Amino acid sequence: MTRILWTHLVKDLRIEWRSKEAINSMLFFALLVVVLFSLAFDPRGAFAREIAGGVLSVATLFASSSALNQAWAREIRHQVLDAQRMAPSSGAALFLSKALANFLFVTIVQVILAPVFLVFYNLRVVGNGWLLALVLPLGTWALVANGTFFAALSIRSRNRELLLPLILFPIFIPALLAMVLATTAILTGESAPDLWIKLLLGYDIIFTTVCLLLFDTVLHAE
Amino acid sequence: MKKFAIGIYAILVAALMIWGFYQAMYVAPNDAMQGEIFRIIYYHVPSAIVAFVFFFVSLFGSIGYLAWRRSNPAVAQKADAWALAGAEVGIVFCTVVLITGPIWGRRAWGIWWTWDARLTTTLVLWLIYVSYLLLRRFAAGPQMQTLAAVLNIFGAIDVPIVYMANRWWRTQHPSPVFFGAPGTGMAKSMLIPFDWNLLAWFAWGVLILGLRYAVERKHQKVAQAEAERALGDHVQA
Repeated sequence: MTRILWTHLVKDLRIEWRSKEAINSMLFFALLVVVLFSLAFDPRGAFAREIAGGVLSVATLFASSSALNQAWAREIRHQVLDAQRMAPSSGAALFLSKALANFLFVTIVQVILAPVFLVFYNLRVVGNGWLLALVLPLGTWALVANGTFFAALSIRSRNRELLLPLILFPIFIPALLAMVLATTAILTGESAPDLWIKLLLGYDIIFTTVCLLLFDTVLHAE
Repeated sequence: MKKFAIGIYAILVAALMIWGFYQAMYVAPNDAMQGEIFRIIYYHVPSAIVAFVFFFVSLFGSIGYLAWRRSNPAVAQKADAWALAGAEVGIVFCTVVLITGPIWGRRAWGIWWTWDARLTTTLVLWLIYVSYLLLRRFAAGPQMQTLAAVLNIFGAIDVPIVYMANRWWRTQHPSPVFFGAPGTGMAKSMLIPFDWNLLAWFAWGVLILGLRYAVERKHQKVAQAEAERALGDHVQA
């Protein structure tokens, strides 16, 4: 299991390293969303701190949903996905490696985007800033685990690019709410983010388990 | 015979609904605090209950499809028809809930909408099942049935989480009227009309659900016959 997972992961990372398709497109997309939101809402002072968490989460959500399809579309070319369906290894390893690769890509995007974000929104963190290092990965995992799963699901349909956000966003709502409220609590320092971090953790555990259990069903749906 | 039974049932449902309307509009007294507007509860709450029951029908249909799709395809097709019928009719009732709610809220709260636990959960539930129907439109065949069943299970897991998240966040919806804390409950003069309306709307929902199920079964049989005919032509040629 670990060996298969590692093989898949290394392959995905190598492809991304050579093309840099996913990271570049996500980065630019997220940057655009941040710029558009700051033009639309004119954030200053305390108001900026209040909406920053929401803007960052939504920017990540939009950007990653554009790249998640690519992760599987790559496998469709040359019938790689069919080969993987016939391979005797478990689908869970394939899913987990894809999710991990996407998690890395989105995290890289967030790390690069964070300074830009601080500048555009003139942010000064009032609460415990280090907690963001916990909230953002948890929220990102919630996004990429479900996103990778639903991308694999919608890749089997017509209009696949259109379908992914339509089925991913409703399911992602509680995680988005928890992510936004935790980030806002940390940035403003007005309330404790503990409850929302726990909710994110619970969401991650529940949905990662369900994804792992049901991925074979989706992969072999015919 | 079957058609005759359905006809009798439909007449019964129509009579029940007329009786329910009479009870809600003329028999039930005005609410001491809210006046006339409270009567919307006779449509809002039964619709919500029926919607939730039908979403459960849809969920069990999906689980049944996944469980039997290999071992017993005939039963699995029936389960899938229930899943589709439950989701579609459930969405209709859920829409009624989402429309009657704000009409009441405008009078009682002074606002149309608030992001409260039950309102948000109902809205997310509605969104999830609409996305479920969209998925069914976008894909085809047994593959679509499997994918849709998986999505249905995801949606069912999501709903309690949405509810808890919003409960911790903020809640404005009236606390449970039935089986709530001491002091909750309805006066008998209001409860009897409520029960009649609940019965009437449930019976109406079951009628529509059954018809939708029958239509989907016909649809499946036609599709299957067409597929077999195409195969037959191919063999002859």
